[in-house]
Amino acid sequence: MARDNQKQIDYEKIAKMDSFRRLSKKKNRFLWTMAVIFFTIYMALPFLTSYTTILHQKAFGEITWVWIYSMGIFIMVWGLAHFYVGRANKFDKEAQDIIDEYERGAGQ
Amino acid sequence: MSLTSIIMFLVIVGITLYITYWASKRTSTASDFYTAGGGLKGWQNGLAIAGDYLSAASFLGIAGAVALYGYDGFYFSIGYLTAYLIVLYIVAEPLRNLGKFTLADMITARFDKAKVRGAAALSTIVIVLFYMIAQLVGAGALIQLLFGIPYWVAVLIVGTMMTIYVLFGGMTATSWVQIIKAVLLMFGTAIISILVLWKFDFSIMKMFSEMTTATEDGQAYLNPGMLYKSGINTVSTLLALVLGTAGLPHILMRFFTVKDAQTARSSVIWATWIVGLFYVLTIFLGFGAAAFVGKETIIAANPAGNMAAPLLADALGGDLLFSFVSAVAFATILAVVAGLVLTGASALSHDIYGQIFKKGKITEKEQVVAARIGALVISITSLLLALGAQTLNVAFLVSLAFCIAASANLPVIIYTIYWKRFNTSGAVWALLGGLITALVLVAVSPNVWNPEPGKAIFTGTPLISLTNPAIISVPVGFICGWIGTYFSKEADYAKYSEVEVRAQTGISVNKASNH
Repeated sequence: MARDNQKQIDYEKIAKMDSFRRLSKKKNRFLWTMAVIFFTIYMALPFLTSYTTILHQKAFGEITWVWIYSMGIFIMVWGLAHFYVGRANKFDKEAQDIIDEYERGAGQ
Repeated sequence: MSLTSIIMFLVIVGITLYITYWASKRTSTASDFYTAGGGLKGWQNGLAIAGDYLSAASFLGIAGAVALYGYDGFYFSIGYLTAYLIVLYIVAEPLRNLGKFTLADMITARFDKAKVRGAAALSTIVIVLFYMIAQLVGAGALIQLLFGIPYWVAVLIVGTMMTIYVLFGGMTATSWVQIIKAVLLMFGTAIISILVLWKFDFSIMKMFSEMTTATEDGQAYLNPGMLYKSGINTVSTLLALVLGTAGLPHILMRFFTVKDAQTARSSVIWATWIVGLFYVLTIFLGFGAAAFVGKETIIAANPAGNMAAPLLADALGGDLLFSFVSAVAFATILAVVAGLVLTGASALSHDIYGQIFKKGKITEKEQVVAARIGALVISITSLLLALGAQTLNVAFLVSLAFCIAASANLPVIIYTIYWKRFNTSGAVWALLGGLITALVLVAVSPNVWNPEPGKAIFTGTPLISLTNPAIISVPVGFICGWIGTYFSKEADYAKYSEVEVRAQTGISVNKASNH
């Protein structure tokens, strides 16, 4: 049944709608910007630990900076996971508007 | 083996068999079998993802690595956790919106060609087999150590259990075994961690300062450099850790067990919290084992450090806690191998048999029969391989699986979703290029070759010094996909419109039933 319904959806028409193009561009820019940021912060760790000793210095008591940086990554992961959900829920609303817009148009 | 241990094991086996019986009555269609009918809730799937992910390699392996190598063992925790951001931001929702049962379904939603499906199914089966041999070899060694039964008997016990779960209970049983195991694992780990902290008067500062004298490594124990001496190797290993997860077929398959992208999203959030908290606790497990069990004892029990957590449980909580932790480790292994069997079966029965040989002309009933036969074939193959692989290093097999996943699967997933020009030729090139490069580079690496006899599979000088070749093989996978794409004039932008719209809006999944 779902297969029959899929045929009725004119994907090319949706893909060409201005509202869809805007959403797609905005969403992809958000995803890839964030991905570059967290990937860089993460991959900086092995470079800093292997080629410098700045993270080997003591921060608090015997706790060295490398533990602080690592915990920072944990907090970043949780924080960015929730940040993503907030943004994605907004994108969902926009996607729903696009589907509604398409269905109104398709019904005419 | 004490009476407490026997009771704990029987309880775990009893509960899981009951779940399988309960699930078997709910498994009648192919969708039930492969994806639990797509009916899991976000928290359920989140726990099940955590259950899939926290394998024996995580629970036993990371605790052991931290115990033996201090900070360097903790790299695994950081990498495996950060990987979830890539899953969440880039992969999870488009995958849910495009796929049905398998990774190949998702890629063929765009390129409906047998060769693309075949290549994707092949890489899934290779990854599953390597991962499964690793788990089975680890399981065999662990159970042999815990109960003093021969290796082959231990492997057969685990093999029989996993086959029963999957054969009769499909994804529903597998998911619930994962969920229960994840809860038990978190509970056990939390108790040990609290006991460790108690020993340090609940002071993190005190724990760190005592750790500087607790081991013979002194201050160095708390800093990087004890395990990874070469910078480029550290970078390469961390790259495989963070990129591998988003290409692991048994993790990806979990996103088909939920109804829509929103639920996929919430399941990653659940998984991120559970897995993350667990990984924080690996510090306490590792430090505790180093301080209260001691390196000599840990290495004497198992040179790779795999017994650190159970030994720590024994040292702090006596026989009761030891039995509980061992039973949890056993449940962990069972749950992970069951998930792997199911994933392998989906590639074999759904992709290769149902879609390629029968060209999709297969009845619901035949699909379920094929799925069960596929599960049996994967189980028996992996058991035979595991029986012959007793001496292989487990960590090497797992790192190989992550490396192939990052090199073969991730490039094709990203290109399929986000690159308009990508085509059939590029998909096949990316899959096979990444797969072959990863396999060849590992085959000439220090994991396989060591000048000292007995240290690796073969005696000789390795051609490359990288223990994990991700830094080479991942770019090769991406470049192969790019070259393959431009070698062919094929470019179906209309089809990409469909993929883009479906990936971004979930329209065919959410809206189809409303029409």
